[in-house]
Amino acid sequence: MMNSLLRELREKLGEHVAPVATESSAEACFQIAPGDIPSAVEYMRDRYQARVATVFAEDRTPAEGVFYNYYVFEQAGNPGYLILRAAIPAGEPRFPSIAAQLPAVNWQEREIQDWFGLEATGHPNPRRVALHDNWPDVHPLRKEFALDQALAPFAGEQHVYRPTLGEGVFQIPVGPVHAGIIEPGHFNFAVAGEPILYLQLRMFYTHKGTEKLFESLPIPRAVFLAESISGDSAFSHGTAFCQAIERAAHIEPPARAEAMRVVLLELERLYNHIADIGAIANDVGFAIANAHAGRVREMAVGLNEALTGSRLLRGMVCVGGVREDWSGAQLARLGGALDEVEREFGEMVALVKSSDSTRDRLEKTGILRPEKAEALGVVGVGGRASGVDRDVRRDHPYAAYALFPFRVPVYREGDVWHRVQVRIDEAGESFGIVRRAAAGLPGGPHCAPHQPIPADRCALSAVEGWRGEIVHWVRTGRGNRLERCKVKDPSINNWPALVEAVEGNIIADFPVINKSFNLSYSGTDR
Amino acid sequence: MFKILQKTLSTGIATNPYPQTAALVSEQFRGRPAFDFPAWQDARPAAEACPTGAIAVRDSGLTREVAIDYGLCVFCGECARVSYAGGVRMTREFELATRSREGLRITAQYELYADGTHKQLISTDEAGAVTAVTAEMLGREVERTVRQALGRSLAIREVDAGSCNGCELEIVALNNPVHDIERFGIHFVASPRHADMLLVTGPVTRNMEMALRKTYDATPHPKVVVAVGACGISGGIFGSSYASIGAVDRVIPVDVYIPGCPPRPEALLHGILLAVYRLARA
Repeated sequence: MMNSLLRELREKLGEHVAPVATESSAEACFQIAPGDIPSAVEYMRDRYQARVATVFAEDRTPAEGVFYNYYVFEQAGNPGYLILRAAIPAGEPRFPSIAAQLPAVNWQEREIQDWFGLEATGHPNPRRVALHDNWPDVHPLRKEFALDQALAPFAGEQHVYRPTLGEGVFQIPVGPVHAGIIEPGHFNFAVAGEPILYLQLRMFYTHKGTEKLFESLPIPRAVFLAESISGDSAFSHGTAFCQAIERAAHIEPPARAEAMRVVLLELERLYNHIADIGAIANDVGFAIANAHAGRVREMAVGLNEALTGSRLLRGMVCVGGVREDWSGAQLARLGGALDEVEREFGEMVALVKSSDSTRDRLEKTGILRPEKAEALGVVGVGGRASGVDRDVRRDHPYAAYALFPFRVPVYREGDVWHRVQVRIDEAGESFGIVRRAAAGLPGGPHCAPHQPIPADRCALSAVEGWRGEIVHWVRTGRGNRLERCKVKDPSINNWPALVEAVEGNIIADFPVINKSFNLSYSGTDR
Repeated sequence: MFKILQKTLSTGIATNPYPQTAALVSEQFRGRPAFDFPAWQDARPAAEACPTGAIAVRDSGLTREVAIDYGLCVFCGECARVSYAGGVRMTREFELATRSREGLRITAQYELYADGTHKQLISTDEAGAVTAVTAEMLGREVERTVRQALGRSLAIREVDAGSCNGCELEIVALNNPVHDIERFGIHFVASPRHADMLLVTGPVTRNMEMALRKTYDATPHPKVVVAVGACGISGGIFGSSYASIGAVDRVIPVDVYIPGCPPRPEALLHGILLAVYRLARA
């Protein structure tokens, strides 16, 4: 397959297309020229219906004198990933933008502009996104930029929002400090009476320099940083990171660890889905359902603590497997607690479904149409409620998922209610997966011993977090450290979907529409 | 409607009576790492393993200073795991909030053998650190205090100044029926202008510095500020960098520090009650 693809790409783009060695058989990588990017992406889309999972850059100027741009593709029915790499000379720091043809990469290309100083030529909206407008002219992910570089107080211009004009049309700025207990971001609404005309987003308030920081921590410590990318996805991000290291260094986690990871990944999905269903009901005034959801979530996080020592599943995953094995008593607790959580969850869902006024508020609210979802590259819960039939667990099996087939719920309605329905269905599947994985837990060790990680190895890893597709890509460095760690949280794909979904809805429904996507600001901003 | 009532009645009271009774903490919960200083043979593996530098060693000749900072600790248990010969063990203690940043620090001085292991403990200031004000003690008087100090209500404005959202999840959990913070007359409000207390998570990012200052200025006096979690107290694993300022107290004054990554809801409650005392005295 890969040989024939190389032949096709050479026919299409020229003989300069060259294979790049990879550490994993699940990844193929070809080098192309920067000028090839638009036609290569178009070819992969038209010929293979391939989707761009992520676009990112790497500064290799000290070692190789170039920057690399990476375009990661996936294709339905193919468990592998194809990566096209374009070498961008340091002296010509620009690459052709594909955002006009592929809105899904809009933010990610601008991130490359801001963080690496590579210009996305022809980008339809080349303004800053990942560094705020008032920042000085710096590019933090360039190697010459030091992590602790002191920046002068920001004196640059503030962001200018698209003006709101017309009689009776108003602008409502919200945030970054919100009314609820949520993360910071700025929403700028243009409203005509109640209905929202358009929404402008300003994110990256919680930009913490995470990808830069990954380049300075020893790998064992970096696992904890991965757990802090998005607090509600600590285990998923931690696992995505550890898998990338394992693939780079050819470490094979034992079967027991792979099954334990499946259990914990699903428990992470469960506690978040339970809390979200309650919070969505709460946002339309059904507080009792939220009270029950809060109670059931406490049971679930209590189980997390009994299995990992942490309510939010922190400090458990490690390179090579998991840090602690489970005793018979812990497994017995898992079985008992899971039955109780499932029963209570069922009753909570029945309560939500029985409330006509709740359903009335959620159905046909915040519709994201399937065509839009596909064009924007929406992933996860938000995608599956709008016809996007993708799930990394099924499409690119990792850990022990291949052993536990499950159903991926997909709906085409795309409203808040169906984002709730996807969560209900997925939670149902998760109970089954956890039970099967725990019942058939293989014996043997829970962690593979390993040597320090060799330098200059690259690998990609993807995990279906509860919110959607998480991608980590690493290049290892000397001294058991990393040269580069790219983190793609599903939120970065899905924010533009929120903008689409709120249009024409009344402003009072914004909180519930936002909650129905429940995107991670910290995962976006890093 | 009947179904809702039936479910409510059949569920009964879900509230965990902490701090009137001990918290329901599982056997596996990782709370404060405890140090047996006289028995600790070598601090280096723990310092090497600690992801945030909460354990730091500084040698000069044949003496060593070990500095431990619960304000940086993420409670991962690696220090206990790599201290094969003992000296560090994970406890289930979580009531770690203090009124001073210094209260979270311990140092110990050792005399060393030539191979760098500990010959003997010279001194430690452990006794003075980590206040022993339990929430149980606070809880007995808290209702009276809240009433006296605040007219039966404490209004909290939560500010995420750059957090990973882990602390927010546990703060939200304070409002669920299990932790039910409203039973103390404490509630979360939508605006700093209505607040007596700011509950701030971190690390404070460059992009949130201005918003945090404005929020602080918008909060009427008397006010208290509580820094939540390793990142709020010290910057945690993010530390300070081009994008992160780190500790909340580098931007606004902080009255109470609540360690954890994130602090469990009972630990948050303990720290909030401690802060109420501070407000009552103001």
